[in-house]
Amino acid sequence: MSDLKIDQVVDARGSACPGPLMELIKAVKAAEVGTVIELLSAEKGTTTDAPAWIKKVGQEYISTAEKDGYWSIVVKKIK
Amino acid sequence: MTTRIVIVGGGSAGTITANLLARNLYKEVTSGKVVINMITDNPDHTYQPGYLYVVFDKVRPDEIVRKQKDLLDPHINLFVDPAVKIDRDNRVVVTKSGRQFDYDYLVIATGSRIVPEDIPGLKEGSYWFYDMQSALRLREALMNFNGGKILLSMGIPHKCPVAPLELTFMMYDYFKERNMLDKVQLHYTYPINRLHVLEPVSDWTIGEFERKGIKYDTFFNMEEIDPAKNVIRSMEGDELGYDMLITIPPHKGAQVIEDSGLGKNGWVSTDRRKLINTGYDNVYVIGDTTDIPISKAGSTAHFQSDVVAERLTSIISQGDTVIEYDGKVVCFVETGFDEATYIWFNYNTPPKPTPPSRMLHWMKLGYNRLYWLTARGIL
Repeated sequence: MSDLKIDQVVDARGSACPGPLMELIKAVKAAEVGTVIELLSAEKGTTTDAPAWIKKVGQEYISTAEKDGYWSIVVKKIK
Repeated sequence: MTTRIVIVGGGSAGTITANLLARNLYKEVTSGKVVINMITDNPDHTYQPGYLYVVFDKVRPDEIVRKQKDLLDPHINLFVDPAVKIDRDNRVVVTKSGRQFDYDYLVIATGSRIVPEDIPGLKEGSYWFYDMQSALRLREALMNFNGGKILLSMGIPHKCPVAPLELTFMMYDYFKERNMLDKVQLHYTYPINRLHVLEPVSDWTIGEFERKGIKYDTFFNMEEIDPAKNVIRSMEGDELGYDMLITIPPHKGAQVIEDSGLGKNGWVSTDRRKLINTGYDNVYVIGDTTDIPISKAGSTAHFQSDVVAERLTSIISQGDTVIEYDGKVVCFVETGFDEATYIWFNYNTPPKPTPPSRMLHWMKLGYNRLYWLTARGIL
């Protein structure tokens, strides 16, 4: 994880609607294959919702980390 | 010395901002110290939430359209001449006719547009209601629908995140009133793992859908449609059939944003509190055009317009300001033909929907008529 270069940060903290997962889906759809995206969310629910979608849609789930009052979820677009 | 304000876009955000500025800076505008120019691509102004009611024959098209010039304070100069280039470094906006508008302060309110062409088969195989023509087309299709499965699917991003739910609940009542519920199966799909982005709204919706027999699937992001076979496929690998498909097409920002190199897919990088374009203190961005992770909705445009008008007024008349946007959004949500609920939230306060009631429904219908006061900067 420490060697992984983040290409795009999606800061969805404070996003009640459309919410962090919707912002992540939007970013993944628009990104080029190979892009590493970091999603920032203040909602704990994102730590289960986002990896669940990443796995279902067949992208590469990298990691989840708790930061100071928010969470960081990293995904790589592989297809 | 004259201060020139250029507002690009004549939708809710641009119109409210322009009217508030003309009123706040009345002395400066009437004495010629401040000039407000609005550039737009449309001589008409449409109350877009009204499309939902056009679909169900509850509102006629002419009830939700006004001439833009009739909504603007007479001190605002209106130019119906689409912007084709925004040059922030030289502080100029160029229009299709070749006219150049120099500015000291720029407000970008170019909004969003549907791009059904981004999903293969969507244009040929689907109905939607995000413009007048498509709302009337869906109205006619529903009037002539004899029964079968109506499937709903949403593109990302899309404006007015509550509209898909409102359409579904109103369709249920529409077919109930026509004694067709035994012939119609409503099937709702949603991109994330619940029925709406707001968890309390989603929880309430599950109960309502189960009570009303509305089927649903989650984690469904449309990837392609096969209109010949009446089949839709999702990014997640699922496939669903339908007799009628209604979608919210994905949205992009205005073409002029991409053409001017202001932001990918037409969304402009925006400070979520000051509402200024990143790196340009004299350029404000409001409404659907921002890249702020917040609802693309008329309500958002309205509250952001209030903030930008106050900020610009203070800066022009007093030199500086501390006024900032707190992320406020307010939405009425129709839950059928007779009841509605209501939510508000901001960056720090999550939404708590109130129980649906007839009173909230009538408030929403009332606001549909009062909107013209909002556009004029009065309400």
